[in-house]
Amino acid sequence: MQSTTRAGPGVGASAGRLTPQLRRLEAEAIGILRETAAGFRNPVLLYSIGKDSSVVLHLAMKAFAPGKPPFPLMHIATGWDFRDMLEFRDRRVAELGLRLIVHSNPDGLARGINPLDHGSQVHMSVMGTEALKQGLDIHGFDAAIGGARRDEEKARAKERVFSHRTAGHTWEPRNQRPELWGLYNTRINQGEGMRVFPLSNWTEFDVWEYIAAENIPVVPLYFAAERPIVKRDGILIMRDDDRMKLRDGEQVERMWVRFRTMGDWPLTAAHESRAETLGQMLDELRESRVSERAGRLIDKDQEASMERKKREGYF
Amino acid sequence: MHGMDTARGLLRFLTCGSVDDGKSTLIGRLLYDSKLIMEDTLATIEKDSRKHGTVGEEVDLALLVDGLEAERQQGITIDVAYRFFGTPKRSFIVADTPGHEQYTRNMATGASNSDLAIILADARKGVLTQTRRHTYICSLLGIRHVVLAVNKIDLVGFDEATFDRIVGDWATFASGLGFQTMVPIPVSARFGDNVTQRSGNTPWYRGPTLLGHLEAVDVEHGVEDKSFRFPVQWVNRPNLDFRGFSGSVASGRAAVGDAVVVAASGRTSHIARILGPDGDVDVCSAGDAVTICLADEVDVARGDVLAPLADRPELADQFAAHLLWMDEEAMLPGRQYLMRVGNLWTTASVTAIKHRVDVNTLEHAAAKKLDLNEIGFCNFSTAMRVPFDAYTENRQTGAFVLVDRLSNRTAGAGMISFGLRRATNIHQEEFLVDKRARAALDHQKPLVLWFTGLSGSGKSTVAKLVEQALYREGRHTYTLDGDNLRFGLNRDLGFTDQDRVENIRRVGEVAKLFVDAGVIVLCSFISPFRAERRMVREMMADGEFIEVFVDTPVEECIRRDPKGLYAKALRGAIQNFTGVSSPYEPPEQAEVHLHTVGRTPEQAAVEVLDHVRRLIAS
Repeated sequence: MQSTTRAGPGVGASAGRLTPQLRRLEAEAIGILRETAAGFRNPVLLYSIGKDSSVVLHLAMKAFAPGKPPFPLMHIATGWDFRDMLEFRDRRVAELGLRLIVHSNPDGLARGINPLDHGSQVHMSVMGTEALKQGLDIHGFDAAIGGARRDEEKARAKERVFSHRTAGHTWEPRNQRPELWGLYNTRINQGEGMRVFPLSNWTEFDVWEYIAAENIPVVPLYFAAERPIVKRDGILIMRDDDRMKLRDGEQVERMWVRFRTMGDWPLTAAHESRAETLGQMLDELRESRVSERAGRLIDKDQEASMERKKREGYF
Repeated sequence: MHGMDTARGLLRFLTCGSVDDGKSTLIGRLLYDSKLIMEDTLATIEKDSRKHGTVGEEVDLALLVDGLEAERQQGITIDVAYRFFGTPKRSFIVADTPGHEQYTRNMATGASNSDLAIILADARKGVLTQTRRHTYICSLLGIRHVVLAVNKIDLVGFDEATFDRIVGDWATFASGLGFQTMVPIPVSARFGDNVTQRSGNTPWYRGPTLLGHLEAVDVEHGVEDKSFRFPVQWVNRPNLDFRGFSGSVASGRAAVGDAVVVAASGRTSHIARILGPDGDVDVCSAGDAVTICLADEVDVARGDVLAPLADRPELADQFAAHLLWMDEEAMLPGRQYLMRVGNLWTTASVTAIKHRVDVNTLEHAAAKKLDLNEIGFCNFSTAMRVPFDAYTENRQTGAFVLVDRLSNRTAGAGMISFGLRRATNIHQEEFLVDKRARAALDHQKPLVLWFTGLSGSGKSTVAKLVEQALYREGRHTYTLDGDNLRFGLNRDLGFTDQDRVENIRRVGEVAKLFVDAGVIVLCSFISPFRAERRMVREMMADGEFIEVFVDTPVEECIRRDPKGLYAKALRGAIQNFTGVSSPYEPPEQAEVHLHTVGRTPEQAAVEVLDHVRRLIAS
């Protein structure tokens, strides 16, 4: 397994120097993180270990310096995270000296819910959405910071920076608060919550450029390496452990691949790539004619599935 | 990301116009022609076009941006959607905002965060009410650069005269609204004429293409040259050795060593350190998120504003402002709202609506309330003195939002014009003989017993029994009810929502005077709205306001109907009758909750008296 977690070489003159656009996005995100700390009783940073989470974490370290972020991190573990992600998570949290809460849905674990037998929809609903609601309720978190961006998907494009959730954690797209001048309305009633998105105005490309310029560590799975791959339904799945039984005619091949998004390994498609450095990866991204979420199998379940999941409480 | 784009930076703009003017199609066209549509996205759109599309066999570009299921089915954009695209010359964030009248608030939201607006007009329909409304809102929200995109120019045969007529109509309306640039462009979003490519169909048009204009327009309005304003967002105190004030610079610039003043307290100090995202820096300017350390131990909290000594913001607890109302529930003068100005939260109410603005004609009209999407010029009164600049001078420090105190919905957006100077000349008189002294003379504790409930619920009956009992115990009491106030002090008030609010406000003020005199005041008012009961509660000191909910179901009140009012109301002979044609909001946490069904008034009175005696004894 690849050991490089620092952004690779090859980003040239832009490293360490932000464009005016990235400076502005950085300042906006820091302002949103501080607003969350100031406006809520008990916020939490939802740490999904992906590139966006890594950027939010990096920004949180900046926002509260010389102190530490005044909130813990929470990871919703589904039991199917890539092993590389968990290792990366534990190392980062230790390096930064932060408090991490890991929550899994005990009921789902007991029932053995998994993406291979139950399908992505049931798995994500029980082990993702339900687990998230449990985690928020158990710890009484009233604001949950996440790395979602408006450019990811159509339902996200209309999301607020401070997005209100009812006491049942549901999102009501017709009843969202208008946000004017960055004068965010952080008021909530007892039991209600807020989801907070500091990267709302970033694009995927902004995120990678920022990672390159700031030298932010990310999970090595974003970079190409030779990995054990099973081709299933035309999709490249990395077989991270032997819970995935091979079907007739399937075999594990060693292929040079990388991932554009992170998630549960049976639900995250790899693509063939030789982009081993950040510079090569940015070049690949510039050439790409496929959107980021194309690698996420969970979004294809049904038309407008993101909106439906958001209403139910998915991040 | 070098060269040109860094010179022009990011442009945030919004698109607005009437329903079916083709906003979503135009943005879809910009994304499509900028080669920013990914293959899998395009495949989805092609599939969707066959299902929901409105343009036959072609790809319906509007489907790229109309995100939510409901609006896809209705074919209308119902919310603000943010889109991102870029060219080698510039990056853009687009707010796609709706033309449907009831969603004007979303348009204002998009406008508040934008530097330029594209206002669409349908070439076949010309300048409509909505076109004027949106032009005015853009101006009110401080947008200085507008484009009039005369869309569907293909459907009028690319006719120059039609274009000129529409531009003329619009210019007549818009020229007095203070825009710095006004650029009309004939386009066809569906076919791409003059969007990114100059069209051969409009040889008479010599201006830029839409994208060409967006890439070139200079919207830098010198925000860095304005006065330094630093609204403190968060006090950073990780340990005893460090105390910094975090926030984003609203305008201007400041350097280490500069003298600053805390606007509200007038305390002064010098900037000792500035921490940027990467550590210590010498200067900070508009938009920067920094942490400022001062040279002296000065009391500074979230909501304070740091400013230069010689150039301070205004400070007032009464000011005049434009207010755009965004809530389904109307804005009523006298009702209290939460107000956010910068990072300061306080309570505020409108003391007077000077006029309502007819957004179609810009004429002024009298108004007693503001409904959803209405704009008024109002006088405000706030609980704290607020540092501000006029909105036309500074969008960051001259804007505020109002939040409903119960639902927490964002209900209004305001733009401050000027402070009302008389606010600084009214001083509270302090008297040596005070409330405590007067109450002590009577050996009692002044209280307000506030009886709320439906008409006929038994409020006055129970209140009378309570007062008699207190009198027998030697307490000084007084009763305020509809009968002794409606015929005198409040005889100018009717029963509309705004008059009910004003009625209760006056009752509250009178009750407060009686409490100040050391008296136990019994108030019996239907007082149907939680917000007004809370308003009166907050006029009093802690523990002085006792809410007594006389809880009688409306069916029982109708059965009793002592004054025959329900019968009339049910016939429709009385308008705005609580419980019949006007709502009653039951208290959520009344000090005393009286269920009257199955009990005598005397039993109910005993329950109230028990509560009062415990308070007086303590």
